[in-house]
Amino acid sequence: MNSFAERFSTTTAASHMRNAQKLAEEDDEFDGTMWGSSAGFGSIAKGVPSFTVPAVADPTAFLRLHTDDHADPSCRIKIQHGTTTLAFRFQGGVIVAVDSRATAGSYIASGTVKKVIEINPYLLGTMAGGAADCQYWETYLGMHCRLHELRNRERISVSAASKYLSNLVYSYKGMGLSMGTMICGWDKTGPAVFYVDSDGTRLKGDLFSVGSGSTFAYGVLDQGYRWDLTDEEAQELGRRSIYAAGHRDAFSGNSCNLYHVKEDGWKFIGNYDISKLHYDGPGNVPGSDGRPYGYDIRVEGLSSTNAPEVAAAA
Amino acid sequence: MPSIEQPQQRQFNPYSENGGTILAIAGADFSVIAGDTRQSEGYSIQTRYAPKVFRLTDRAVLAVNGFAADGNMFVKKVRQRLEWYRHAHAKDMPLRAIARLIQTMLYARRFFPFYVYNILGGIEEDGTGAVYSFDPVGSYEREACRAAGAAQSLVQPFLDNQIYFKNQLPAPGTSHPAHLPLSTVLSLVIDSFTSATERHIEVGDGLEIYIVFSKGSTSLQGLASVRGLQEVTTTDDGERVFVIRRELKKD
Repeated sequence: MNSFAERFSTTTAASHMRNAQKLAEEDDEFDGTMWGSSAGFGSIAKGVPSFTVPAVADPTAFLRLHTDDHADPSCRIKIQHGTTTLAFRFQGGVIVAVDSRATAGSYIASGTVKKVIEINPYLLGTMAGGAADCQYWETYLGMHCRLHELRNRERISVSAASKYLSNLVYSYKGMGLSMGTMICGWDKTGPAVFYVDSDGTRLKGDLFSVGSGSTFAYGVLDQGYRWDLTDEEAQELGRRSIYAAGHRDAFSGNSCNLYHVKEDGWKFIGNYDISKLHYDGPGNVPGSDGRPYGYDIRVEGLSSTNAPEVAAAA
Repeated sequence: MPSIEQPQQRQFNPYSENGGTILAIAGADFSVIAGDTRQSEGYSIQTRYAPKVFRLTDRAVLAVNGFAADGNMFVKKVRQRLEWYRHAHAKDMPLRAIARLIQTMLYARRFFPFYVYNILGGIEEDGTGAVYSFDPVGSYEREACRAAGAAQSLVQPFLDNQIYFKNQLPAPGTSHPAHLPLSTVLSLVIDSFTSATERHIEVGDGLEIYIVFSKGSTSLQGLASVRGLQEVTTTDDGERVFVIRRELKKD
């Protein structure tokens, strides 16, 4: 019998074998240990995650058909998108700053997203692209960083951790994962930032910004960046850059989350409402003169279109 | 007669959209999870009573919205995993662990997603009320309130205003409360659904509101005068779960 007919026949010996294998595989999803102490460990109980794939000729095309809202805004499953994230290395460590908006099409699905993923006390990852892809794989990375510590009696380097992640996502290349992330931390070599994305790119660098608002953030960041920034100046630069992106990019905004990584691990600096930054400034925080960031607020009463009140009255 | 070949296109479309809306709000020591009971496809109503909110344990309630078949199967699988956990550890899974379990279960279908938006409500191990919301492939976050489904864009802005006090200034010398009392929360939930029913064709028929109370919660007194209340707790010395069933307009 020709192989094509055999493939789609339901009566041949080969198809019985195939069905038997399928049943065995389905059973394999949960082995006996799932009833015991491993119960509750999700799809990673066996240490390696396993994925269900639709039984169609081209599973990637299937996924794109139902989830890609760029190509087809009416698609059913909307994966959250739109972001500004940045991280830079300087004399005092690493600054990580992100916005907190998640959009599904033009709807703001959430304004309180945590786009900094705390992998462990020395490692941070940022979230751009698919929220679930970043959350899941960076949590998974955290598991393996811990295993590295237990096996080698020392912390994993930022370089090794980021390479672990990039190799991992590279093995899924072309299957529809979407992530653009910065892995930030402090290791034996000092402060380190690596850019990793779902295409398999991995770059070492001093300064990165990722997401739809990255161009706006780069504008402020590049202008104000120096290696010998003080801690306070650096934090202010991160905050100001995210503000700029939140102000000019419709897909970014709501609030800014700021982290600082030093020799003894990362520290959460604060959450800043972007509208408050615009009208009132960041408040009494180190590195800021306390004035509002909004250009229209800063120049109030100083420009010809918005003359001082006395002049207008006269 | 010569036949003319026409181009043909086929695609595998296993998904449908069954309408409806779900909503959850966390209080200081309680959590409220609600959903309407209409199930529709396109413009026709399939049934007026298809529950979208499910009690998982005495401290966790899961609401599912999107494609009903996927939703029911997903709840079934979550319950199976919780039962296995109970057999292995002789206790119910804590809420934050259920949240992570749901993430891994959804992500296991990353390449063949469940078309389901999940909202998990309940009580944390420290006794506080909690709400976790998920996207179809498993990204999740703990929040104080969340609406999902057909009328999320009608309900969520109302909740933002009434729960988070967005775009409201407190009266001079006062501040906004961090947590609202049960009676206020219940009123907000009922108002959300009656209003969504008025303005959205896929919402209506019935309303199911689950309320989970932490151990020894004082908010229980707020239930004294509530109509249509039923207790669905299974143990007698922990969290308590109640459900309120109400009618919504049927046109």
